[in-house]
Amino acid sequence: MARYDRAITVFSPDGHLFQVEYALEAVRKGNAAVGVRGADTVVLAVEKKSTPKLQDSRSARKIVSLDNHIALACAGLKADARVLINKARIECQSHRLTLEDPVTVEYITRYIAGLQQKYTQSGGVRPFGLSTLIVGFDPYTRIPYLYQTDPSGTFSAWKANATGRNSNSIREFLEKNYKESSGPETVKLAIRALLEVVESGGKNIEVAVMTREEGGLRQLEEAEIDAIVAEIEAEKAAAEAAKKGPSKET
Amino acid sequence: MPMIGFGSNSEMLDGFSSVPSFDLPRTTDFDGFQKEAVQMVKPAKGTTTLAFIFKGGVMVAADSRASMGGYISSQSVKKIIEINPYMLGTMAGGAADCQFWHRNLGIKCRLHELANKRRISVSGASKLLANMLYSYRGMGLSVGTMIAGWDETGPGLYYVDNEGGRLKGDRFSVGSGSPYAYGVLDSGYKFDMSVEEASELARRSIYHATFRDGASGGVASVYHVGPKGWTKLSGDDVGELHYHYYPVAPATAEHEMVEAAE
Repeated sequence: MARYDRAITVFSPDGHLFQVEYALEAVRKGNAAVGVRGADTVVLAVEKKSTPKLQDSRSARKIVSLDNHIALACAGLKADARVLINKARIECQSHRLTLEDPVTVEYITRYIAGLQQKYTQSGGVRPFGLSTLIVGFDPYTRIPYLYQTDPSGTFSAWKANATGRNSNSIREFLEKNYKESSGPETVKLAIRALLEVVESGGKNIEVAVMTREEGGLRQLEEAEIDAIVAEIEAEKAAAEAAKKGPSKET
Repeated sequence: MPMIGFGSNSEMLDGFSSVPSFDLPRTTDFDGFQKEAVQMVKPAKGTTTLAFIFKGGVMVAADSRASMGGYISSQSVKKIIEINPYMLGTMAGGAADCQFWHRNLGIKCRLHELANKRRISVSGASKLLANMLYSYRGMGLSVGTMIAGWDETGPGLYYVDNEGGRLKGDRFSVGSGSPYAYGVLDSGYKFDMSVEEASELARRSIYHATFRDGASGGVASVYHVGPKGWTKLSGDDVGELHYHYYPVAPATAEHEMVEAAE
């Protein structure tokens, strides 16, 4: 097996591209990221490992915008992310120039996935070690979308998804608890999902929201996040108390 | 054309050893000659095409004459090209260039549809054509076209030419007969016209251009682009249109002479 994982372009006898699978390992070790699509709101929430005191947190943003109406969060190798994001941003502008229209979410996802695939079939390069969650609203139709790409270059659309550390448990939570939502409910769902695997608190989570009316990406302040987390905790406590039953109440 | 070698031009080269020479045309005005040569090769945009946006969509009309200098090579050229069921292009300039590049544009539009699961916009399609033509700038293409269509944002009309220029507008006329067409079109245009009124205006504009411009004639075709795509409304011979607009009423004197002869 070791013989087939040296060069990226070599298949193993049982049909694996080991370099791609190792890239997926790198993703699994990256920080947790959650994306939720609501009726008129899309949310990205990413785990923030404790920021060193002296670091300027603004330079280490994990959720970025690709254009006015598209945002991206990723899990995996951050340096690879920077390269991919730059190329995607250029493509967004290039599309505006040649087609006189902003990109659709599907178009730019297809472009990013295409780039990731190219690097699984070229000589002398390795795949990008990251999976992305891409959210946005299509121009004109204003329909919200959430897409995910991975190092192999596949992509698909989701109602809610997670990637990175413990993404399986987050996804399980989302499957159990997802329902069509809009506005603040969507934000709450995303944060609740992330809190399943992340220590509670505004300083451990980075959240960004895009709504159909406002357009543009809005990063939530730490205080806002703390407030929502408090709400979630209160709801959780109330649910616990209700479960314990009226017998305890006098 | 008889040429004389550079070396034999003795006034300029007295005393110099003969340099490697190339043939020059026998003329004193070399720049003028060069200009004439370019003009001879450049196909004249002998045609009349027009398109305008109005309440009911886009009206597109053109004549059907092809001329080579003073010779009418055809009276039945299709100058309105069907790029796809919801977009039309007009032909002015080199027929081959227009036909080929419109066909090419149709292919690109279809590929865009397949890749993106939605139709391309009129502005996008016209930009694709303009960029293509710009990359061939200076290589002798002759294309003066209008791209008319209906997309998500409503009716769209763009003028694109072989220099790579691209203009968005409500009313355009292209070709040697365009000044005459503009005269009739501009004076009769109202945004709130019905489809019938608009098609009559388009037909009349083409007719008047063919009347005065020798390089335009044949059949006046009129197309309408609406939300569901384009339809061909009419194709009238301009000779017949002339008598339709200006019927011949026999003068009284003539009438009497005819009677007397019988």
